[in-house]
Amino acid sequence: MPSVTDTPSGPRTRTARPSQLFRNLNAKLASIPMILTAMGVFVGGTIWTVVYSFTDSKLLPRERWIGFDQYERLWGTNRWLISIENLLIYGSLSLIFSLVIGFLLAALLDQKIRFEDAFRTIFLYPFALSFIVTGLVWQWLLNPDFGVQSVIRALGWESFDFDPLYNPQIVIYGVLIAGLWQGTGLIMCLMLAGLRGIDEDIWKASRIDGIPMWKTYLFIVIPMMRPVFVTTLVLITSGIVKLYDLIVAQTGGGPGIASEVPAKYVYDLMFQAQNLGQGFAASTMMLLTVAIILIPWAYLEFGGKRRG
Amino acid sequence: MANPATLSAAVAAADAIPGADPGGPRGARPRRALSRGNVFLYGTLLVAALYYALPLYVMIVTSLKGMPEIRLGNIFAPPVEVTFQPWVKAWGEACTGLNCDGLSRGFWNSVRILVPSVILSIAVASVNGYALANWRFRGSETFFVILIFGAFIPYQVMLYPLVIILRELGIYGTLWGLILVHTIFGMPILTLLFRNYFTSIPEELFKAARVDGAGFWAIYFKIMMPMSLPIFVVATIIQVTGIWNDFLFGVVYTRPENYPMTVQLNNIVNSVQGVKEYNVNMAATLLTGLVPLAIYFVSGKLFVRGIAAGAVKG
Repeated sequence: MPSVTDTPSGPRTRTARPSQLFRNLNAKLASIPMILTAMGVFVGGTIWTVVYSFTDSKLLPRERWIGFDQYERLWGTNRWLISIENLLIYGSLSLIFSLVIGFLLAALLDQKIRFEDAFRTIFLYPFALSFIVTGLVWQWLLNPDFGVQSVIRALGWESFDFDPLYNPQIVIYGVLIAGLWQGTGLIMCLMLAGLRGIDEDIWKASRIDGIPMWKTYLFIVIPMMRPVFVTTLVLITSGIVKLYDLIVAQTGGGPGIASEVPAKYVYDLMFQAQNLGQGFAASTMMLLTVAIILIPWAYLEFGGKRRG
Repeated sequence: MANPATLSAAVAAADAIPGADPGGPRGARPRRALSRGNVFLYGTLLVAALYYALPLYVMIVTSLKGMPEIRLGNIFAPPVEVTFQPWVKAWGEACTGLNCDGLSRGFWNSVRILVPSVILSIAVASVNGYALANWRFRGSETFFVILIFGAFIPYQVMLYPLVIILRELGIYGTLWGLILVHTIFGMPILTLLFRNYFTSIPEELFKAARVDGAGFWAIYFKIMMPMSLPIFVVATIIQVTGIWNDFLFGVVYTRPENYPMTVQLNNIVNSVQGVKEYNVNMAATLLTGLVPLAIYFVSGKLFVRGIAAGAVKG
């Protein structure tokens, strides 16, 4: 499209030459919402938050600069440290399990099985549900008096102990079970699309060469699916940082503060504790986390080649 | 990685003679139904399916029992006596901390948020995508890249600046404020979706329309829009499920009387007052999940396409 779109007002430019600004005016007008969102909200909002994280804003933002005090206080707060620890545990496990389970399910579904559509529908439906619904269902399933624990005890295994939602040591794993239930279907779907994109000839060639199937997957197919893995990786990690609703619904951050996460810390400090400065500092740390993951990825994806 | 190894037998058997005799019987070679590989394959899939399906089953079963039955029996047992009382109560009488008119209020709030948000966000994003695909101008790509990267910024970073923006506009706390927020945060993914789709439409159509004297809006309404119905459907699916399931924006940008359904659901179930009525809670949870579930089961492949388009290209 370049040749046409670069001079969209072709014939008219000959007679009167309007200023550059008014060329392609309709397109510019139509892009105003995008420009406002990109510059005003995304860039402007981010800069604003970062700048105000260096103030001692309480109920309302104010410009009393205190340097890195908010960050010092943040990293000295037990609740924030627990939040970070939880996010690290939840994040790394969720990443590993999502990729492994997602890939295994996709590989199984890719074996020309019967009822593929039915299986896929079942694996993916939780993804349509909100984290609130997910959290509440699993809160009920993991209820120690009525849920899985009591059912298994009733079957005769009296000493069976599994009440993650009331045990600070393992509560984050209870959340993980729910999170995986909701999210792995999507990963499976993406992996399946990736597997379907692999040329059938690859399989035929490896079969002729007598390479066992698991080796074909491990050394040929998975390396070929690198782009899919990278996308899912970025998707999962950016989802993990946002983890909020699930915690609110399933545990409310409890027992005690055992299942707090950074996103909840930010919300609580900004809108409940009326300590805006702390909230800004904490959210800036969240931004930093995402940037650390995102910038190398963007560099790898877009750095070398120009893409339109 | 022992699992795929055991499968190899089954698959190798199935595909042993590809295209050996083109005139002969078509289709895959019939295989023995109970080979070891098959038992493993379907066994694993069934166990996985159980993990995914059980919560929905438990939700349904629990919501149809009376409280005495829940206290006595186990959660997986089907109801002895089916009652719809929990559903009635969840819809019309369940209490949050503030009021006792059930989920119905949240449902209608969600509908009133959903409809304008979906229409506005899709209208804005489709025109944006169209401008980006067919009417590029200096800087348009830069804005687009910023927009896409903005999608990865944690919402928490932009929560408070948006509060200020909405307050300046005088719509903080109202439904319109929330609608604007949904339009803003839906923009990256939708714009990407539309831009990619419009780019794939043959350029000759666009050129021909230009030659015939059609302008920006005429081409959009007479050519691009009618040709892009599938992508509009995909965008609608993404937005309806996304906005219906939203919790964070609902709780930050609206006042309690305007809370969407998810917020109200959470307030009902996690309310600390009174005796816990698990059957009502599950009925309420199901009610909230009903809209996205219905969309999921009805739209089927389009839903998959929507999330895949959004994810893979992102």
